[in-house]
Amino acid sequence: MFDLTGKTALITGASGGIGGEIARVLHGAGATVGLSGTRTEPLEALAAELGERAHVLPCNLSDFAAVDALPKQAIEAMGSLDILVNNAGITRDNLFMRMSDDEWQSVIDVNLTATFKLCKGVLRGMMKARWGRIVNISSVVGATGNPGQGNYAAAKAGVIGMSKSLAYEVASRGITVNAVAPGFIATAMTDKLNDDQKSAIMGQIPAGRMGDPAEIAAAVLYLAAPEAGYVTGTTLHVNGGMAML
Amino acid sequence: MSDVANRVKKIVVEHLGVEESKVVDNASFIDDLGADSLDTVELVMAFEEEFGIEIPDDAAETIQTFGDAVGFISNANA
Repeated sequence: MFDLTGKTALITGASGGIGGEIARVLHGAGATVGLSGTRTEPLEALAAELGERAHVLPCNLSDFAAVDALPKQAIEAMGSLDILVNNAGITRDNLFMRMSDDEWQSVIDVNLTATFKLCKGVLRGMMKARWGRIVNISSVVGATGNPGQGNYAAAKAGVIGMSKSLAYEVASRGITVNAVAPGFIATAMTDKLNDDQKSAIMGQIPAGRMGDPAEIAAAVLYLAAPEAGYVTGTTLHVNGGMAML
Repeated sequence: MSDVANRVKKIVVEHLGVEESKVVDNASFIDDLGADSLDTVELVMAFEEEFGIEIPDDAAETIQTFGDAVGFISNANA
C-alpha cells in the first residue's frame, strides 16, 4: 500500500533487530536505504541480503564528528536524503543512586544528542526539496519511566519533546517529524532477560506477548510514506497496550 | 545596481514572493518583506548556493536587511 519508490532513507542502528527490520521494510517499499551502525559486518550482511539500493554507512554515534559527517556521506552515496530514521540507541542501566555521570552522559549523547545532530544535518536538503520524513525511535519508557533507566528514559522522553519542537518549525516546508515508541520487542536485547523477568513483563502487556520488530517497522513505514503527510509531531505507541497513551 | 545585488534581489523576490520595488537596501526581511524566521534561514541557504560561499550562523544573524545581505556577500566574494 505504501510506495517509497525513488525515495532515499538513512536508518541508524541498522545492525540491530529493530533497525534491520526497518531497513528491510523501507527497502521492500521501494526506497534506497543507507544502513548505518557501529558494527560493519552485520551491515554488510544486510546490504548483501537486500541487494540493490542498499548502502553501508558505518558510524559511531558517540563520535560527534562522525555524526556530523553522516548526512553528507548518505547524500553522496544515495544522491539525496528524503527519510531519516533515528533508531540507534544504547542502554547503560543502573539504579539512579548508583548511576555514574559517564553512564548518564553516554546514553544522552548517543540517544538524544546524536539524534539532534542528525535531524539538523538532514534539514537543509529536505527544506529545499519541500519534502522530508523524520522518524525518531523513542520508547514506552520515555513516557512511563522505568526503574534502572533514568538515563535512557530521559533521553527517550527528550526525543519526543525535540521531535515535536522540530515538527512545529518545519511543518510548512512539507517535512514531518514523528516518533515511534516501541514497548517490549523481541530482539537480542530482550533475549538476555531471564524467564522470571520475561513473565513479569508479560504480566504488564495486555496483548500477552512481546512485539515483533516488523510491527515497529510497519509503524515507521507508515510515517515515512507520502500518505502520512498530515501526521506530524505525534508519537505512535506500539506496545501491545502496555501503556495506553 | 551591482551584479551581486541583482542576484540577491532575484532570490528574495522568488523566495518571499514580494514585488521587486519593495526590495530596497534598508528593507528588513522579517519586518518589511514578510519573512518568518525559517524564511531567513532558507534565504541564507539560497545565498550560499548562488554565490558558492559559507555563511556561518553568527554571521547569518547579522543579515537582517537586503542591504546587509548584499554587503556581506560582496565582502565575502571580494
